[in-house]
Formats: sequence, C-alpha cells, structure tokens
Amino acid sequence: MNAPADPALIKQHLIDPEICIRCNTCESICPVQAITHDSRNYVVDASKCNLCMDCISPCPTGSIDNWRTLPRVAAYTIEAQLEWDELPAEVPVESFGAAGAPPADMAAPAPVQDSHADAGAAVAPAFNSARFGATLPPWSAAHPYTNLYGPKAAEKFVTATVVGNVRVTEVGKEYDTHHIVLDFGATPFPVLEGQSIGIIPPGNDASGRTHHVRQYSVASPRNGERPGYNNVALTIKRVLEDHQGNPVRGVASNYMCDLAVGDTVQVTGPFGTSFLMPNHPRSNIVMICTGTGSAPMRAMTEWRRRLRNSGKFEGGKLTLFFGARTKEELPYFGPLQNLPKDFIDINFAFSRAAGKPKRYVQDAMRERAADLAPLLADRNTYFYVCGLKSMEEGVLLALRDVAVQSGGDWEALAAGLKQDGRLHLETY
Amino acid sequence: MSINYSEKIPNNVNLSEDRTLQRALEQWQPNFLSWWDDMGPDGSNDFDVYLRTAVSVDPQGWAQFGHVKMPDYRWGIFLNPGDAERKIHFGDHLGEKAWQDVPGEYRANLRRIIVTQGDTEPASVEQQRHLGLTAPSQYDLRNLFQVNVEEGRHLWAMVYLLHKHFGRDGREEAEALLERRSGQEDNPRILEAFNEKTPDWLSFFMFTYFTDRDGKFQLCALAESAFDPLARTTKFMLTEEAHHMFVGESGVSRVVQRTCQMMNELKTDDPKKLRAAGVIDLPTLQRYLNFHFSVTVDLFGADESSNAATFYSTGLKGRYEEGKRTDDHQLRGQSYKILQVANGTLSEKEVPMLNALNEVLRDDYIKDSVAGVERWNKVIDKAGIPFRLKVPHKAFHRNIGALKGIKVSPDGRVVSEAEWNAKIGEWLPTAEDRAYVQSLMGRVVEPGKFANWIAPPVMGINRQPVDFEYVRFN
Repeated sequence: MNAPADPALIKQHLIDPEICIRCNTCESICPVQAITHDSRNYVVDASKCNLCMDCISPCPTGSIDNWRTLPRVAAYTIEAQLEWDELPAEVPVESFGAAGAPPADMAAPAPVQDSHADAGAAVAPAFNSARFGATLPPWSAAHPYTNLYGPKAAEKFVTATVVGNVRVTEVGKEYDTHHIVLDFGATPFPVLEGQSIGIIPPGNDASGRTHHVRQYSVASPRNGERPGYNNVALTIKRVLEDHQGNPVRGVASNYMCDLAVGDTVQVTGPFGTSFLMPNHPRSNIVMICTGTGSAPMRAMTEWRRRLRNSGKFEGGKLTLFFGARTKEELPYFGPLQNLPKDFIDINFAFSRAAGKPKRYVQDAMRERAADLAPLLADRNTYFYVCGLKSMEEGVLLALRDVAVQSGGDWEALAAGLKQDGRLHLETY
Repeated sequence: MSINYSEKIPNNVNLSEDRTLQRALEQWQPNFLSWWDDMGPDGSNDFDVYLRTAVSVDPQGWAQFGHVKMPDYRWGIFLNPGDAERKIHFGDHLGEKAWQDVPGEYRANLRRIIVTQGDTEPASVEQQRHLGLTAPSQYDLRNLFQVNVEEGRHLWAMVYLLHKHFGRDGREEAEALLERRSGQEDNPRILEAFNEKTPDWLSFFMFTYFTDRDGKFQLCALAESAFDPLARTTKFMLTEEAHHMFVGESGVSRVVQRTCQMMNELKTDDPKKLRAAGVIDLPTLQRYLNFHFSVTVDLFGADESSNAATFYSTGLKGRYEEGKRTDDHQLRGQSYKILQVANGTLSEKEVPMLNALNEVLRDDYIKDSVAGVERWNKVIDKAGIPFRLKVPHKAFHRNIGALKGIKVSPDGRVVSEAEWNAKIGEWLPTAEDRAYVQSLMGRVVEPGKFANWIAPPVMGINRQPVDFEYVRFN
C-alpha cells in the first residue's frame, strides 16, 4: 500500500522448498498471481508479490512464511528459486552496501526512533508485525468487496478518469505529494476506507515486461471524494531521489503525479479485508501514521466527519498521531488544522523541524499515555497504523509501554487486540 | 461470504432462506453425529483438540485455530464465491453458461459422481478410527483428528449437493452414505481402496500421501465442472485437502529421517539390526510405498472408459487444471497412449483421448506423486546413504482395467507366475513386515515427545511450538 516506487531494500517473500508439499493452495489463493511452480518447487515472483499475506494462513506446512531482506536489485529470481533444494542463508544487509547497492538508510526517512543510525535495524527489525496485526476487521466493519478487477477477475482492470490532481504539501522537491481524484463513471467500484486500489502504469519496464501493479490506499470515504459520486482520492508522493541524492525516478508515482484532468488510468482492486473502520456508535479510532500513510486516516476521518454533520450518528473519539520530517511536507496539514477539536484530537510529530529536537510519533504517543491507556483498555477502541515499515516497532513498543505503565498485561492485551480486530498494521 | 454460525448448520449458502432444504439437512444432522459417535475416532469425544475451523472462505478467515471437542466441531456448508458469469470451458457445452441446477439428462451421472466422491469421506474416517490409540505424538494425534473432522466436513459438502439438487433420490443417497461401512462385507464402501484397513501409522501416512492425493486430483477435476455448485464446493474442499497431503508427505519424510539417523548411528543398513533398534528399514518403507501407490492408481478407474468420455464431453468432470491447458478443450479426434500387454511384453497403444481420460488423470497424478518421493530421497541423500525410494511402474500390482491381474515387476517387466510368487515378498509388505510395524505402535502423548521410529517435525502447527499441548485429554 502506497509503496514507494523503487525501494532499494525489499523484504523478499520465499517458500522453503524443504518443507513445501506443492499443494498449490498458495498459488490458487494469490490475488496478484505472484506464485508459480514447476515440477520441483513453488516460487514467489518478487516483482509481483504485494505482501498481502493472503497465502500465509492457508499454507498447511508453514513453508510459506519465509523472508529475506535484500536490495531489490539482488532479489532472487524465479529461475534461481526453481533450482533450490533449500533456502539460501540470510545475508547480512550491510554486506550489500559493499557490492555497490544503495545503502539501507534510504528506506527509512520516516519519523522513527534513531533507526536511521543503524541501517540494518531500520529495514530488518527482529520484529514480527504479523504477530500483533489483526487479520480480521472490527465486528462492526462494513462488508468489503475485493478483487473485482484484476488478473483473476472477469475484467482485468477498470478505466478511471482523472478529475482532480492537486498538491497537498508545500512546494519542495523532496516532498511533492499529490491528492489525485479518479472517477469511475458508471462502472461499479465500491470501496471502503482502509482499502487500497491498484494502478497499472502504462508501458514496459527495462526488461520489456509490463509494469507491475502499484497499490495505493484510498484517501476518500465510501460515498466518494465528492459525496454521492463514484470517485476515489489517492495520496501519492512523488519519488525523485533517494536519500543520498541519487536520482531514482519512481515509475508509478511520477506517472500519477503528472496526470492531467481528463487523462485515463487503469485500475485494479479493491484490495483489503481487515484494515477497515468500526461503524458502531461510540466506537473510538486511534490513527497513527507517517507521510502518505495518512491516506486511510483521511478517509476514516472524513467519513466520521460526514456522519457527524448528518447529525444521525454518535461517533466516539478520534485520535490522530501524525508524523513527518517537517510541517511543510505533511500532507493535508492545512485542512487538518480546521477540524473541530471536539471532533478529533490531533498530535503532530516533526523529526526535522529547524531548531527543535527530533520528535517521532511514538514520542507523541508516550506524552499522551494517560489518554491512550483507557483507550487501549476500551474494547470499543480500534487502532490503525499506516506508514513506513520502520515506524511499526517504535509504535508498538510505545503501545506496550502505555499498557504496562497502566498496570496492564501487554501480551494478553495484544492477543485480545489481534483477536478482536482492534489493531491494524499497514506498513510498507 | 462469511459463515453464519448463529444457525444450527453453519453455512454460507443462505440456508435459512430455503426452509425445505434446511429441514432436510437438520434431519440428517443427528444421523451424522450418531455416525461420528459410532465410527469417528475411537474414545476421543472428550478431548479438546487444537483444530482449524473455517469462519469464512476467504484467505483471512478459513484457518482459525483453537481447542474444540470434535463432536462440537462446526461442520457445515461452505462454497467458494460464485461468478454469475462463469462459462463452461470444456466439452460439448463449451462457451455456454455454467449450470446452477442439474440438467435432467445428466442427473444420474452427476449423482453417481457426487455419491462416489462423498462415499470416500466417511470411509477414510472409519478406516482411521483406531489410530488415535497408537499415536506417535500429540502433534501427530492432532493432525489425525484434523484430517478426520475435515473428511467429515467433505461429507457434508457432498450431502448438501445431494439434498439441494437431487430431491428424494439425493436424500436417500445421503442416508446411505452413513449406512455403508468401510470393510463391511454386506454393505461395503464403494471404492476398493476405502475398504482396506489402515492398521498402523505408516499405512496412515502412506494413505494420506498417496490416496488423499488421488482425492486432490479428483477434486481438481470436479472443480472444473459445468455444474457450478459442484465446482465451488470442491474448490473449497481442496484448500482443506492440502493439509491431508501435508500430513502424509511430512509423516513419511520424518520416518525416513529417523531411519537414516539410526543407520548412521549404527553404521549399518542391515534391516535386522535396524529393526532391533526400533526403526523401520528403508526396504520395508519401499514395500509399503509400492502397495499404497498401486492400490491408489487403481482408483482412477479403467484405462479405457466410455464413462470418462461421457463425463468429460457432457461437462461434468474436467481434466486436472483444465483451465490452464491450451488445447481445444473438446479433444475430439485426439489420441493418447495407454499401456497394454502384447506378446508377453508391455507396449503402448494409441486410443481416442476422450476414452483415455482416466489414464490422463492417472498420469498427472503419478507425476505429482513422484515429485514428493524425490523429496524423501533428498532426506536420504542428506544423510549420505546410497538408497533411493522409487514409485513402482504403473502396471505393477494393478487390479482394474487392461492391466488387471497381469504380473508386472515394480521396474516394469512382465514376469512369470513363478517369479511373481518368488519375489512378491520383496515387492509388497509381508505379514511379517506388517507385524513388525504394528509392534512399534505404542502410544506417545506427552507434549514434545515422539515415538522412537519417527523424527519430530521441523515446526509446529500454526506457528505453535512442537511441544505445544495440541490435545488436552481431560
């Protein structure tokens, strides 16, 4: 979701050939056809896998749950994987630096505790997010439609028309973020806050194959960016260079940011069945995000705002922790300031504000521990985390500390959060 | 597609909107439970077993784990999502809309296919009902029970089709599925392999590897069916079937691993010494493999079959991965090579492909089986032992079709009656082999402990540790 176009380091999904029994369950379930096989091995195409995790729990053997962190350029090819008798050993990330691959640092521009200092830790935390993240939606979630358009659907894609494209950050070359509105006309494309859609960039990549699909979270509520219209909004950051200043032109993000009103785009999806908002009265939502991870948070906030304006829904508390390097590159900074304080409790954290100490979302969360503790304990409160992968550990540790300080049992609480669909992680 | 658990019969087919069907199934349900009581896993009704239950048919929902008592397992009716626009993609009806109801002219054949498939499900539960008493570990006991409850659910899947689409005949067939008994002389199960005993855990692992894989191929062929409810039902069954094959493949692999470990420890390949050390020697494993493989390839039916041609042409049953094949999906005028015995040797002859579709499916199955056997060989290779397990020639020990009763060695030579009788003890498990394997079957149920003849698995179920309490005996 909202994946940067060409992250230098990826977490590559691999299948352990020693344990796999070639039952074909993963291949039949994969929504993007990333899994294929020969008479010997089942393998995952790193250029197609979108880490949706649909294949993980149905695997009867556990062989599916293997990951290697390595530069995208060094990802194991399908051909190589088909030859394996066993998984290759994990190669320390640092060793790729010497080979001339982009250093790990660039994958971690997010406001996270000093993980920049340790390149390895930033992208390969010894931390299993799947352990904490729920795979079920809140009990009061609306029913999502998924995969209406895609490789396994009757229609491979739907054509949408661009009806809006505006910049939502201050001008700056490192953080040109756009708010793009796509209209589906009369074609059905029902989508909920928290779901994502796929964009197929036109043309071919360097090896002559069509570009793979990029997923973006919708930033608009269920009844449309413009209420009552069949359209969705996306929040897309233009990727132009990495953190060493090396030019890296993100294929999809530049394509999207350069679209003009009236252009058409090929769209797949919708995707996602668990990162969905609660809909029962007095349900609280805690949103923790960085950068374009704000897209689903904007969608949920806007839906609650419309419900509130209708006067027919008694919403619970909304709490937002929103991190960016500076206020200038924070999407939707202006509009957020205008929301009523009794509607949403907003906490910003800027890690590169001039003349101020670095401050990350988890710092802001710790400051609000007294208010977060009762929310954690309340079964009507749902937590959503979206942003760069590297924020996940810090955020969860902060939640743990909040729970422990208030005398709670974190492991039991975390298990409950997961089981009840109360903690949702969407990081990339 | 979520499953309605508030109803007596969990389902995702809006059962409550069809009162007649609901009543019929609610009448069948107590009979099923009483069958489970009589013929389900022996003495297990009070155990809390760490089982996987589906809460919906999407990837997130169908593998929910928790301890449940098996009689309380939520057996129900789950179909994969439908596609209203689905078209028939093979046979004479190619390109027409898939059927939501049974066309009258195919009613008898479809019922026969569904009953034959449905009959295997309770049969295997019956075959395996005493195994719990000799489990080599809690982990294995749990896997056995998971296989059993899911076979039970597969029976539900077929019974739903019978009740919903076949009226009174269907209801009678559904009752008969609970009345036949594996191995019972006066009222046996339909297919021969399902009347054989599963007397020990090695047989169980071989059965789940070879015979449940036949199930996979049959289900795959039915998942292509023009009768859409059958296709959707079998697709969901396939996701469950994968676990059964996992139990077999990893089970045999762990037996092989333990034997190799002992061979290296004792520096011997002498079966006598290995048996004295309490492990199953590789030649005995090969004989078990020969038996289960040959009995299972018979399940695909006669090599030339006009029924198979009819089932295909009328759209009832496709080929394995029909949708991925690139031919004309009608196969008229095409041919396929099958085996025959002429002048004392095996040779191939070309026959119309439509008549050879059982053989086509059998050959696909054999290819898939061989791949798993190669995985077992990797375990042997890794231990540095010069021995290879092999699947026997497909003409070996056959009891159906043109090869029935022909004496063929595992390496594919037609042999004389005298040679067959002299060598049979090297090729198929002897009474002595079976008695030896039986003698190893003691019950090990302490968490994390394993019987001497089998290695522990590399990982537990659902990321639980290997020494997790998979079964609480209460």
